[in-house]
Amino acid sequence: MKTVRSMVLVSSDAESMVRGAQEVFRRLQQELKAFNLEDEISLTMVGDMGRHDAVPMVIVYPEAVIYGPVTPEDVHFLVEEHLYKGRVADSLRAPAHELTGHIAWLSARKGTLPAEQRIVLERAGVIDPSSIEDYIIHDGYQALGRALNEMTPAQVMAELEKSGLKGRGGAGFPTGLKWKFVARDKGTPKYVICNADESEPGTFKDRLILEGDPHSIIEALTIAGYAVGAQEAYIYVRGEYALAQERLKLAILQAKEMGFLGKNVFGTEFNFEIHIHSGAGAYICGEETALIESIEGKRGEPRSRPPYPTSNGLWGKPTLVNNVETLANVPPILRNGPEWYRQFGTPGSPGTKVYTILGNVNVTGLIEVPMGITLREVITIYAKGMKHGAGLKLAQTGGSSGSIIPGVLQDTPMDFDSFNRTGVAMGSGALLICDDNTCVVDLARVLLNFFRNESCGKCSPCRIGNQRAYEILTNISAGVAPMSDLDVLTNLSENLYQLSNCGLGQTAGSPIRDVLRYFRAEVEAHILLKVCPVGVCSMSGKKVQV
Amino acid sequence: MTVGKLDGQAVLEAVQNAIIAHGAAKEELIPILSDVNRSLGYIPREAMDEISRQLRVPKSQLFSVASFYQMLSTRPLGKHVIHFCESAPCHVAGGRQVLQALQQAVNLKPGETSQDGQWSLLTTSCLGVCGVGPVMTVDEDIYGNITPGQIKEILARYQ
Repeated sequence: MKTVRSMVLVSSDAESMVRGAQEVFRRLQQELKAFNLEDEISLTMVGDMGRHDAVPMVIVYPEAVIYGPVTPEDVHFLVEEHLYKGRVADSLRAPAHELTGHIAWLSARKGTLPAEQRIVLERAGVIDPSSIEDYIIHDGYQALGRALNEMTPAQVMAELEKSGLKGRGGAGFPTGLKWKFVARDKGTPKYVICNADESEPGTFKDRLILEGDPHSIIEALTIAGYAVGAQEAYIYVRGEYALAQERLKLAILQAKEMGFLGKNVFGTEFNFEIHIHSGAGAYICGEETALIESIEGKRGEPRSRPPYPTSNGLWGKPTLVNNVETLANVPPILRNGPEWYRQFGTPGSPGTKVYTILGNVNVTGLIEVPMGITLREVITIYAKGMKHGAGLKLAQTGGSSGSIIPGVLQDTPMDFDSFNRTGVAMGSGALLICDDNTCVVDLARVLLNFFRNESCGKCSPCRIGNQRAYEILTNISAGVAPMSDLDVLTNLSENLYQLSNCGLGQTAGSPIRDVLRYFRAEVEAHILLKVCPVGVCSMSGKKVQV
Repeated sequence: MTVGKLDGQAVLEAVQNAIIAHGAAKEELIPILSDVNRSLGYIPREAMDEISRQLRVPKSQLFSVASFYQMLSTRPLGKHVIHFCESAPCHVAGGRQVLQALQQAVNLKPGETSQDGQWSLLTTSCLGVCGVGPVMTVDEDIYGNITPGQIKEILARYQ
């Protein structure tokens, strides 16, 4: 890589692209040429930079000045002022008050903001995702080299176990243990699968990792293959993530050329292949056995468990299935050791967690923070408070399958153990923050509508239960439900939890349970007084036609 | 986007190309169906007959797969397809009002295709760009942070 005096990065997430990032990039190329700066300044399209309020963004290093939103017309002035004359073009800078912790390099400014800790998103938005050289310069493929040349598979798994890494897909199963189950199984061949079917509403952390740092997943999968004794891996990417798929394909080609993938990885006896499998639009395929069915070319219907995929997975063979974020933690752990990793987070849940902040707050976006941060901290520090000074009514964690946390519980530390004690599901890391103007009946209705549409239909508690619960909630929001419907709802929620075959149905009842537990009076007002206290529901008086 | 009238030759060609690209194996069924769906706008019955013949998969099984996934369509759609996200994050950010405006603008209910074949309005579960909700896509283009007032302007780009 040649030495340059400045680096210019242009954001290229979906929102930036829609707002003309490509044209900004093209103009930058033209202008750098016009000022004869091509040799001194590098120009790169990077992934999603984690904030969408001022895109397309242009960042100039080493000063780390953030410009945005930049229009193609601004480019001439920007290049002339900053890159030619050396003066920061203040008029084009991104709004100052938006400089929250969710941009990587800001964490270095100690004392101004509570430091965000980036482990899995360390490189996303900083390196060129289409350059393997960039990845290598930023410590890439070191962990794989170390694993293959200095460690036995058992040692790799021991390090992971010691680190205390837990699966980030939502369930929080210890990762090292899962790897051991697969490694110990006598069946061959074995498979490794990266679950990148991120479809939980409100969650887009995996997309950022895949788009911004695709090689980290290639490296992690190869390490996993070496550890458990597999020679083939699949990355199951949801169909909507076209850019992520493109970048992964390129990353695989580059890794093969460098000898990090394919035959004789790193000159050893170890061979490894990675295939990309595109989803076709089904939430349920994020469930690991449904995902496996889908790779086999079938409907994405979950299998009965046990047996678990660790012994009977893809084509009936032992299969390791890990979430993108989980895998992205693996190379840093092997590079820096388990003790280093354990210094972040809480003793029971070491490491960091990536959260997506959404809803009625001033700043939405993505943060990676140590486990154990509280909701209040997230809202006041990173989200810059509630919009229009409204009060916090509730937060919905973990996409649709998470829990509803009422405002009074906002000081509970967010880690696996504390959440388990309060009966809250961590889920995927989405935090949908809702203010006083949110109607809980309306919210529950939207969530149940989601489950009713996404239920695969295989088992009747889920297929019928979700439809029925949706109808009752619709009737409540129309002001035509009797009080006895609340008992029916409670039963449905319990039946969904007890009788459904997979995680989708088992969690589908939790919005109902949580709403009735924390906001029963508000629901009853809809029924008894025929009033929606916040004025959201239609109260149309029309019953659902069944 | 859906092609107007499909002739048998075009269907066979689309199927052939997909099978050449992925191989005539059962486990490639979803990639093959996706390719056909992309080139024809939906998966017509004739295409399923041909895939069934070449892959030696029963038609019933083919249909069960093709009708399961949201990105595959077994019926023709409009020239332009709108996907509107109706999940909670977009709903809370004002999606309800946007969907109402959208329904009025194209005069369709979710799931319908206009008589002139211009528009299909579909609601979907999550498009994965929740940071900028409410979100919708028209064909391949993504629109975020939409307000009800912007709907007409966005749709006008496709006429």
